[in-house]
Amino acid sequence: MTTHYLVLSALLFVIGGVGVLVRRNAIVVFMCVELMLNACNLAFVTFARQNGNLDGQVIAFFVMIVAAAEVVIGLAIIVTIFRTRRSASVDDVNLLKY
Amino acid sequence: MGETITFWVLAVVSVSAALGLVFSRKAVYSALMLGTVMLSLAVLYAVQDAPFLAAVQIIVYTGAVMMLFLFVLMLVGVDSSDSLVETIRGQRFWAVVAGLAFAALLGLGVGNAVLSAPKGLEAVTAKGNVPSLAELIFTRYVFAFEVTSALLITAALGAMVLAHRERIAPKPTQKDLSRARFVEYGEHGRNPAPLPGPGTYARHNAIDMPALLPDGSVAPLSVNRVLARREAAEGTLAPEIAAALEAEEREAAERTADRHEELVHHASGVNGSGPNGAASNGAGPTASAAPADESPATGPETGEEAK
Amino acid sequence: MEPAKIIEHSGGVIGVSWLLIALPLLGAAFLLLGGRKTDKFGHLLGVATAVASFVVGVLVFLQLLGFDPAERRRAVPLYDFIPGLTKMGLLVDPLSISFVLLITGVGSLIHIYSIGYMAHDPNRRRFFAYLNLFVAAMLLLVLADNYIGLYVGWEGVGLASYLLIGFWQHKPSAATAAKKAFIVNRVGDFGLAIAIFTIFTAFNTVSFAGVMESGADPSQGTLTAIGLLLLLGACGKSAQLPLQSWLLDAMEGPTPVSALIHAATMVTAGVYLVTRSGAMFFPEGSTAAIAVTIVGVATLLAGAIIGTAKDDIKKALAGSTMSQIGYMMLAAGIGPAGYAFAIAHLITHGFFKADMFLGAGSVMHGMNDEVDMRKYGGLRKVMPITFATFLVGYLAIIGFPLLSGYFTKDGIIESAMEYSSTLGWLAVLGAGITGFYMSRLVFMTFFGKKRWEADAHPHESPAVMTWPLIILSVGSIFLGGFLIVGNRFMTFLGPAVGQPEHLPSFHPFSVPGLVTLALVAAGAALAWFKYGAAEVPVTAPRGSFLTTFARRDLYGDALNEALFMRPGQWLTRLAVFFDNRGIDGLVNGIAAGIGGTSGRLRRVQTGFVRSYALSIFIGAAILVGAWFVVGNL
Repeated sequence: MTTHYLVLSALLFVIGGVGVLVRRNAIVVFMCVELMLNACNLAFVTFARQNGNLDGQVIAFFVMIVAAAEVVIGLAIIVTIFRTRRSASVDDVNLLKY
Repeated sequence: MGETITFWVLAVVSVSAALGLVFSRKAVYSALMLGTVMLSLAVLYAVQDAPFLAAVQIIVYTGAVMMLFLFVLMLVGVDSSDSLVETIRGQRFWAVVAGLAFAALLGLGVGNAVLSAPKGLEAVTAKGNVPSLAELIFTRYVFAFEVTSALLITAALGAMVLAHRERIAPKPTQKDLSRARFVEYGEHGRNPAPLPGPGTYARHNAIDMPALLPDGSVAPLSVNRVLARREAAEGTLAPEIAAALEAEEREAAERTADRHEELVHHASGVNGSGPNGAASNGAGPTASAAPADESPATGPETGEEAK
Repeated sequence: MEPAKIIEHSGGVIGVSWLLIALPLLGAAFLLLGGRKTDKFGHLLGVATAVASFVVGVLVFLQLLGFDPAERRRAVPLYDFIPGLTKMGLLVDPLSISFVLLITGVGSLIHIYSIGYMAHDPNRRRFFAYLNLFVAAMLLLVLADNYIGLYVGWEGVGLASYLLIGFWQHKPSAATAAKKAFIVNRVGDFGLAIAIFTIFTAFNTVSFAGVMESGADPSQGTLTAIGLLLLLGACGKSAQLPLQSWLLDAMEGPTPVSALIHAATMVTAGVYLVTRSGAMFFPEGSTAAIAVTIVGVATLLAGAIIGTAKDDIKKALAGSTMSQIGYMMLAAGIGPAGYAFAIAHLITHGFFKADMFLGAGSVMHGMNDEVDMRKYGGLRKVMPITFATFLVGYLAIIGFPLLSGYFTKDGIIESAMEYSSTLGWLAVLGAGITGFYMSRLVFMTFFGKKRWEADAHPHESPAVMTWPLIILSVGSIFLGGFLIVGNRFMTFLGPAVGQPEHLPSFHPFSVPGLVTLALVAAGAALAWFKYGAAEVPVTAPRGSFLTTFARRDLYGDALNEALFMRPGQWLTRLAVFFDNRGIDGLVNGIAAGIGGTSGRLRRVQTGFVRSYALSIFIGAAILVGAWFVVGNL
């Protein structure tokens, strides 16, 4: 059963990763990042049960806290950018380059 | 057995929801898909002897984080849908290649791993899941826990700083707004008076009905723009209102184009001058958009124009 | 007889003999630092310090005469010069006092002369400052009681010479000549510096007394090496072969400079060096001493030959100077038998050559600074005093009987004959050529028809210029006889440099003497027929191969150019090429390579966050893959 959970976790992670790469709307990109984090959490929880060790769940808990903090800051940045540039596309923010 | 069924159902749901998240054109749909995935995962946590995490997943993620996402989505503009045409050459191809390769590698790793039957958490959660977790968090991980509190405070502060807008011009008074209205009237012939109310008839007393002018024709400005647009999409809008709206929209578009140009000019003029430039950029639209705030129609247009 | 011991001395005028150096040095410092405010009286101050120095010199000389001959070498310690290495002190002995009197005496006369000669030069004050600087440095050179003090003076006169040759530095020729003199002297100075290093290594001291009494016994090879290196230094300063090339160009300087520095005093420093080091490094018959005599003879002939072909009056005189210093070197190389004649000839030469140079300056002064003798002619009537004094100098240098040059040069020839008949006869030949070229010079300048430029209005020079000429010519007449007859100078100089066991007796009618006189007369007669009686063409005829040879300084410059300058330039170009293409090429190539690569690589920074994310993702995939591969190995 553990293998199934892990494969599901891997699938979700990869889908999230590809989403980050192909979507341009910053908010959606953010959601994909959250999906990747959730996939990781699933793996943590699964391994916690597999190994009979609660530490995995604790780490998953911390991941959630960090994700919450990250969402707050990330969305604030998106709002700030949107306010000045009237755009939420990550491709429009490309002035810092060669 | 029950767990297997739950897993397979939720696995299919969460994977398809994840795919939907990636492929839906509208951000709101994506958000809903993500919510679905999170709920599924919450259940999977619960199944895997992690009731506390399941609760937190629902409260923090599905509750707080998703709300935040939706809130920002609404702020940024709900009705805009993303174009899915790729603009960076090779990006999509390589993204898929990298994704498949990564999936293959992870699959290989998981498949290669020799796993015994799960040990289960019964031994370590003798006092119950939550007390056991609490014990861990407040003993072994207490330092990390305290650090996360600092992190959250910092994040809250950061969000405030980022979202805070410095007012660099004095707040427009009633007099200023009135003067601006008349300037607008003088320059663009825009009616300085308040918009006419919706139509109020003997049989209809609703905001979706236009008011009638003394000659019996409809007053286009009396119709709420959002309702008008919806009716236009459904094809039930009266043609004269549609024509009037169209004319007005054209005019508004010209006006916003002018303003946009002005804005771009302004932005490039102060480009690189640091926080001042950014601040005035941020304040620019609001200052000049002050009269437009009265007309709900111009709000979304501005957003679309910028897109 | 060996040189006498050096006695420490204090008190009296000798005790303050440092005034000799200090006075002109202060004058130079005052004039150089005082700036334009001292323009009005600068020349007078310059003369005053030189004359004061001369007075002190005379007083020192008189006190020295009061001592017993064996106690006439007096050391005056001054201060700790380089702690642990050498103390600075002055050595007042017959040799140095002879030089002091020559330098300050002739120097004072030339200072006075310069008042008139440089009257119209806006930079006259600077000129006098440099002259004073030169006098101070030259006095330090001859008075120092150690080689390092001598070296300081040596470089000081080199500097003064450079500054004065290039005094009219707005003329490119003068600037070039100054640089040439400086660079050629550098070769000699290098030799002297190495010699001093070697002396210190071998004797652990650099003072003259210390070297004589050190008791160290270095190998013969070391001594020869030191001698040859000292000779190299002497060649550089005294314009001896092979470092003679700078002297002719040095005539670009003002004429008083040519008279004082490049005829009477500085160029004789080499002779002083050889004489001063003679007892230790140039003992009779040693390799170094033989080298000195060979250099002397070669130079005396070369200078004489160059002198025959020059039309520039100053260059002809410069050739003559080279030649006369060749005589002195020859005598100095002979040993104690020759030292007295070398120094005596040096002193009389200082008088009559200064006399003639100043005379030439007087002629140029009257002829709008024309130096080409072919444009002179018939000047004896318009410049009677100049002509008379010049004639005295001329007769003295060709060895007209009973004039100064007759005694001193004859002494050199006699002692050279005794030393080696070959060298002696070559010296006689040189005397004959001297008779020719000096007569040519005099006939072209003062006799014959006027070949003046249209705008030339020759006139006699003012008294401030003619009086020094008169005094110098008086010295040119009597000094030689006074010094030589009765071996007066030899016995005076003996305690300082040593003297032969048997004092030579003066034979007025020896065979070499008569032959010399006959040759000189023949040369003068030839000159009269070619340049006195016959018409002198205003433009120089092409002449034979030999004339060209002499005119071009015996191809000395060509040789230097071919041997040193061209290869040096090639080497420089090679170094520049190597630097530009090799080192710079490597450095610039690396820089360009890195720059080019970066220019292409920076295109990776597209500014698109998703591109960066993609590379992170691919990188993570590769890392995980590598981890699997490594983990499964």
